[in-house]
Amino acid sequence: MKKRAWLSLLLSSVLVLAVGCSGQKGAEGGGDKAAGFKLGLVTDTGGLNDQSFNQISWEGAKRAQKELGVDIQPLESKRDDDYIPNLTKFAREKRDIIWATGFKFEKVIPEVAEQFPNVHFGIVDSNLGGKIPKNVVAVTFKEHEGSFLAGVAAALTTKTNKIGFIGGISSPLIKKFESGFRAGVKAANPKAQVTVAYAESFNDVTKGRSLAKNMYNSGIDVIYHAAGGVGKGLFDEVKTRDKGKYWAIGVDMDQSGLAPDHTLTSMVKRVDTAIFNITKDLKEKKLETGKEVQLGFKENALDLAKSQHLKPDVMKKIEEYKQKIINGEIKVPKTEAELASFK
Amino acid sequence: MIDILTNILQTTVLYATPLILAAMGGLFSERSGVVNIGLEGLMTIGAFTAAVTTINTGSPWIGVLAAILAGIVLALPHAIASITFKADQVVSGVAINFLALGLSVYLVKYLYNSGQTPTVQKKIEALSIPGLSEIPVLGPSLFKATAFTYIAIAIVIISYIILYKTTFGMRLRAVGEHPHAAETAGVSVIQLRYIAVLISGALAAIGGACLSISIGSEFNQGTVAGQGFIALAALIFGKWKPFGTLGAATFFGFAVALSLMGQLIGLVKYVPSEVLSMAPYILTILALAGFVGRAVSPAALGKPYEKGSR
Repeated sequence: MKKRAWLSLLLSSVLVLAVGCSGQKGAEGGGDKAAGFKLGLVTDTGGLNDQSFNQISWEGAKRAQKELGVDIQPLESKRDDDYIPNLTKFAREKRDIIWATGFKFEKVIPEVAEQFPNVHFGIVDSNLGGKIPKNVVAVTFKEHEGSFLAGVAAALTTKTNKIGFIGGISSPLIKKFESGFRAGVKAANPKAQVTVAYAESFNDVTKGRSLAKNMYNSGIDVIYHAAGGVGKGLFDEVKTRDKGKYWAIGVDMDQSGLAPDHTLTSMVKRVDTAIFNITKDLKEKKLETGKEVQLGFKENALDLAKSQHLKPDVMKKIEEYKQKIINGEIKVPKTEAELASFK
Repeated sequence: MIDILTNILQTTVLYATPLILAAMGGLFSERSGVVNIGLEGLMTIGAFTAAVTTINTGSPWIGVLAAILAGIVLALPHAIASITFKADQVVSGVAINFLALGLSVYLVKYLYNSGQTPTVQKKIEALSIPGLSEIPVLGPSLFKATAFTYIAIAIVIISYIILYKTTFGMRLRAVGEHPHAAETAGVSVIQLRYIAVLISGALAAIGGACLSISIGSEFNQGTVAGQGFIALAALIFGKWKPFGTLGAATFFGFAVALSLMGQLIGLVKYVPSEVLSMAPYILTILALAGFVGRAVSPAALGKPYEKGSR
């Protein structure tokens, strides 16, 4: 019975999509009440329950519904080709803000935004290469700052003074993680060495696992990753090793579920907070679009995930560094060049 | 130095295992004269089925069995299209790739309402053989490997014996070289090709299972990510011979291991990591072009069998 219910839900959503695509009006209920502020959220192919970006974004939207009375509506993209039709559908409904979750939308957002100059769009995790249309707000995170704290946690936990970093595809974005992380290690434990490796992939789990294996074999005992799916290989590997001796640090969200006894902490991007705050500012007309908004600790958009494996004295240090970053005492490097001149 | 060697060997073995399994699958199909571009798809369906079955039954070995079944079921349309209906074997193989990816991603979405399966908890992990695993360098990589590695090596040996030491194998090779002569000698070309393609589905699916329930621990659309095609290259590189193919897959794993090692010992200061990551592919092309010599495919490869024609 349950399965049948799912099937009919699936079929009806396909139907709604089909009607939406054919451009006919009136299929969607409740859209014409006007008055209220309306939010649309388009997911990438991961879907609403991806336990990652899409899901956290949707949490933010739900909070906006609860606390601000915003009308919210999601659309899941089944294929990459769905991005434009989905965004367009919401734009035709004249939603006040249409969120696109993640950098995959980088190419399509400017295109759709140009067609609908009176609708606001929001994209998370991309600044569109600096060319942001007037009706778009681009939200990015100060990942280097979050990674700095991950570096502090690693530096104060390592027993061998050897630490690893696994990056996905080398790009300015991932270099931001690397630079911040290395700066954090340097600040908290100058004796510790960081070994860096790039998988040049975001989904090759075997590569991630091999890199982690090689690093742990060579005496490294804490590894941080910013490598998407490749990072799953890190958790697969660390799980097979001694508890309390080998650690992995997750990224983007709390990844401790992948290896509960081996995950030191995770560098968490609070995408939900970001979506909520910006939707709120927009609703209260406090925000000018056409800009990049960078969020960090001050906005409560970054944090280290709570973890029983972080000792109280380590936590205290982390908190200290966090305050120093917030009040500007420490300027965390974003690039290799800035890292070279860091302290 | 010893550490570096150990690491390189371990990575080589880890990387090569799924490739060997899938390439052995390709070997059976292609030696019988049926091109199998569909290895990628067969691996995908194997990875998917293994992950889902393991999650639901709690037993990775039942997962492997289910993957084998799924591989056979998915190989069947390829066999029917290319053998019975004499369709273009490349086109049919490509269709298998699309079908497998589409179907598995759709089913994951349907079952878990998400882009990937949950984490597989009960996995097939490294199995260390007492005593032997203590040997320096060789021990940790060869005798502390996942069960799939042992299976892969066993399959290579068994394949060699089947292909070269049994009547079945001789007939299978004959069908791939000169089907009309084989038919004249009383061998059923159609039947043998069917069997070969189904074996290929089973083996490639084990290779896929290795990715989702041993090396990794979930299935998503990026789990196989082109390894079926690399396995196909290994098959050609290995000149359609069991040990040649084993060597080729291992060589590829070795090249990947070198590129990863290059990063860890700080070669990145001199060579960009993008270039290091390209190295395995470049090495394979070079080896293929220069050192291996002409790769001669089975004579009847890709040609549908028509009784009475010549």
